[in-house]
Amino acid sequence: MDSYDTPESTPRHSASSKLKDYFIGATPLQKRLESVRKQTSFIPTPPRRKIPQCSQLQEDNDPQKVAFLLNKQWTLYSLTPLYKFSYTNLKEYSRLLSAFIAAEKQKGLAVEVGEDFNIKVTFSTLLGMKGTQRDPEAFLVQILSKSQLPSENREHKVLWTGWFCCIFGDSLLETVSEDFTCVPLFLANGAETNTAIVGTWFQKTFDCYFSPLAINAFNLSWMAAMWTACKMDQYMAATEFLWSVPCSPQSLDISYAIHPEDAKALWDSVHKTPGEVTQEEVDLFMDCLYSHFHRHFKIHLSATRLVRVSTSVASAHTDGKIKILCHKYLIGVLAYLTELAIFQID
Amino acid sequence: MSSQKRVKYSQAQKRTSQVSNSYQTNLLAGEEKEDLNDSKHSLKHGQDNPAEDYGHADDQGEDALQIAVRYFEKGPVKTSQSKDKILEKHLKTVENVAWKNGLAPEGIDILLNVALSGKFGSAVNTRILKCMIPTTLISEDSVVKAVSWLCVGKCSGSTKVLFYRWLVAMFDFIDHKDQINLLYGFFFASLQDDALCPYVCHLLYLLTKKDNVKPFRVRKLLDLQTKMGMQPHLQALLSLYKFFAPTLISVSLPARKKIYFKNSENLWKTALFAVRQRNHGPPPEPLKLMLDPAQVRPVKRKWNSYSVIPALNSSSCSKECGKKGMTLSDYLSSNGSFPLEQLKSFPQLLQNIHCLELPSQMGAVLNNSLLLHYINCVKDESVLLRLYHWLSQTLQEECIWYKMNNYEHGKEFTNFLDTIIRAECFLQEGFYSCETFLYKSLPLWDGFCCRSQFLQLVSWIPFSNFSEMKPLVFDHLGQLFFTSTIYFKCSVFQSLKELLQNWLLWLSTDIHMKPVMNSPLETTLGGSMNSVSELIHYVGWLSTTAMRLENNSTFLLHFILDFYEKVCDIYINYNLPLVVLFPPGIFYSALLSLDSSILNQLCYIMHRYRNNLTAAKKNELVQKTKSEFNFSSKTYQEFNHYLTAMVGCLWTSKPFQKGLYINPEVLEKAGIAEYKNSLNLVYHPALLSYAVSFLLQEWPEGRTVNVSSIRGKKWNWYLDYLFSEGLQGLKLFIRSSIHHSSVP
Repeated sequence: MDSYDTPESTPRHSASSKLKDYFIGATPLQKRLESVRKQTSFIPTPPRRKIPQCSQLQEDNDPQKVAFLLNKQWTLYSLTPLYKFSYTNLKEYSRLLSAFIAAEKQKGLAVEVGEDFNIKVTFSTLLGMKGTQRDPEAFLVQILSKSQLPSENREHKVLWTGWFCCIFGDSLLETVSEDFTCVPLFLANGAETNTAIVGTWFQKTFDCYFSPLAINAFNLSWMAAMWTACKMDQYMAATEFLWSVPCSPQSLDISYAIHPEDAKALWDSVHKTPGEVTQEEVDLFMDCLYSHFHRHFKIHLSATRLVRVSTSVASAHTDGKIKILCHKYLIGVLAYLTELAIFQID
Repeated sequence: MSSQKRVKYSQAQKRTSQVSNSYQTNLLAGEEKEDLNDSKHSLKHGQDNPAEDYGHADDQGEDALQIAVRYFEKGPVKTSQSKDKILEKHLKTVENVAWKNGLAPEGIDILLNVALSGKFGSAVNTRILKCMIPTTLISEDSVVKAVSWLCVGKCSGSTKVLFYRWLVAMFDFIDHKDQINLLYGFFFASLQDDALCPYVCHLLYLLTKKDNVKPFRVRKLLDLQTKMGMQPHLQALLSLYKFFAPTLISVSLPARKKIYFKNSENLWKTALFAVRQRNHGPPPEPLKLMLDPAQVRPVKRKWNSYSVIPALNSSSCSKECGKKGMTLSDYLSSNGSFPLEQLKSFPQLLQNIHCLELPSQMGAVLNNSLLLHYINCVKDESVLLRLYHWLSQTLQEECIWYKMNNYEHGKEFTNFLDTIIRAECFLQEGFYSCETFLYKSLPLWDGFCCRSQFLQLVSWIPFSNFSEMKPLVFDHLGQLFFTSTIYFKCSVFQSLKELLQNWLLWLSTDIHMKPVMNSPLETTLGGSMNSVSELIHYVGWLSTTAMRLENNSTFLLHFILDFYEKVCDIYINYNLPLVVLFPPGIFYSALLSLDSSILNQLCYIMHRYRNNLTAAKKNELVQKTKSEFNFSSKTYQEFNHYLTAMVGCLWTSKPFQKGLYINPEVLEKAGIAEYKNSLNLVYHPALLSYAVSFLLQEWPEGRTVNVSSIRGKKWNWYLDYLFSEGLQGLKLFIRSSIHHSSVP
């Protein structure tokens, strides 16, 4: 840091603009601050949420792309608003990012990698992947390996995929100015080094900030309840919980699988308000599971840590990994994840 | 390595063997003499050349190092009890110099030979190896020679391990690596040694070039893998081989990168950092960039950036991207834009302020005072939002890192906070990100980590509604306050004083510009004043309780009164319509204190309160319009009550006549029936010693010291004496509040 030699008590000669705005309270920054205050002073999560409804995907979605997003494990990140990002420049971004990746990959190597740096980057929008019309369009970034063989085999192998989205992100949208694009949820699949390079490029280009998005046990319970509450035509997987007991030398994991219909029956018995899930219901649901387990195994699960929840809708791990299985509830799952991401960047 | 050195070395060898044969004692004597001579010589040298005196201490250090190196070169001198001492002394010298400034290539060359030749015991070898820290570089020859000792079998297994770890850690400082690469086969053969294997693997990983990858080596590695199982270090080497020659290795290796090698560096971590700094200077982009493990070695790293604060780059990239959507005015302004990299001086900033290219990552402004100036006057909301988002997230991230008890990151975090605080001081203004960070992190803070930084952040919380802030900041701080040591309490008062000062400064400069404000927060001057007065009342409550908890500690009281020194002057100093008095718990503790400086400070504060209140009264009489801010008569009454108590105690010897009744019987029982004058300027416990020294000074011949004789004229002399002893607060108080007609 350069040396400052301002006497500490120099009074400012003029009020700077942000302080004025602070008083007026109408600027995005001010709104931001107030929302943080509210969140920190009260319980962070609202006591009730909507049960995800049947397919809320906008009609113009591309089923092939949506299918591509399902059944893959994604690592979650939260992302602060992108500055001066423009949907009209996606082609240009592809070019710049692939150049950046090539440069990064070459930089650290002791030997030449060769002339054939066979990668290609594509940016594309995920049409229809939004909660409201106000939500910005979701978009997909992929790193593809160019096939070595000439034109006949045009299939590109996907090396890495990441996508950005914002589902029902109103609370964030209100607090930024139009120079920013809010896609607070980022999901990546592929080598972490690639995530790092892409993330670094985004941070440098759009002055944003990626942070890994972990899901704590509290939110995992919410997911368990909300996803159990979803109506399914047919169940594809058992409802399974994983608890971790911290003990040495190795931690002990307790897995607890329930038939999804039994889970649904249990949920229906604790569920009161139609269409909504409340905090009491979530607690009750989990307590029932705990007491059932205790009756059989004399282990208090409430003293352990919930680390994974899997249902037919989706499965989530506390490390911030998610796999969405059910096409119908894709938007519902993403809406909750967006909420968590926004909470993290507040 | 010159041939001369080698000759010298063999001479040394010869001498050692001679020594062990016969002239042991003689040589030992000679050795000591030589030492003496040398030190004498260096002393003389220093005296003869006074002009070179500045380097004297260093010269001596250097000389001592020379002697030590020569000692080691000669090898151990057997017999004699002082041997261990001398050895220890020389080792210490070498260690000190090495860790402080590093060793020259020649020194390393000699000492490395000593350590690996096994002349000394294994413990000594270990210590020598551990301090083989280069000033800048290590010569390749030294390494090659050292490796040759490994074949002789003179050093123990643990020394070998340490040597390999050293080699890995220092790898980047070796000037050339061609000859070392020629020893590839030798190193590869050492893989068979189980203890050495992980470290040799690491070395090979660093050393391997495409030519080194041979089918027989691949086979050997695979054999080793089947023998020893899936070892991460072997896998790392294999994956490197596979990278160079994919066709040679068909086994599948785990794609996920883990930490493959045990960290060989950690013994030398601080030293390595120092060497890098010496080699490259403290660069704006941290040094890690040069030798970043992630680039050379597969170590998982934090990918967000090399340093916490991003480097300064102008945002040419995003501009390029935005070209299509640019308006004409954008285009015109960007045409003549001024690149940040060229911004070096304040006049430049002024000239180009309209066309400055902003950094691509706004966080970079923290490290640049010129840009902080810019931030301070910029009207662009998005600039502030970018900074806000970046700073909020970085604080959150870094703080989490810190919670992992990772010392290195803890230090990084502290430095980061210091940078932020410097910027806040520079701007004389807090960042909102820091405020929200405090909301989130204070409830989790242990009151110990980064204490000074956290409390400084508190003092830079921007002005806002106190009752809204209280549950977010002050309630959490309060919990820590009551359960922590007195030093913590004092620091809290210190930072609350600064907070008050910052708020007052801000209000005093800002309020006069905006008569009406439509805001959900503080809408009026009255609202703002309420907020400040709530803060002061909160501190009053805090200080009363703290005084009780800490048994009226004088030390604590000093900090509390410092706070009230700010409070009592709000009306005059900041031109803000507010006077809040201190609570009785503080007033009486200060009045009855045993410490004269406390009493003095109290007098000063009372004097200032008086001035402020009279000024306020005067203004009220002059302009009746501003009636909203007339102080209630309660404030005046309160002040008068305190004033009466003080004058009653200190001056008229009629203490506590109002509102306090003590049964005379109780006083009699306690043996202080004559209590009335016991709190006046002479008998007050804080001043009695002054009275005695006053008498001793004025009438040194007096046999007995009769304090009660200080009356009438003597009283006035005594006053002058007190004032001359530095009790200026008392002076001001007496001059302003007491009419001299009433001398007792």
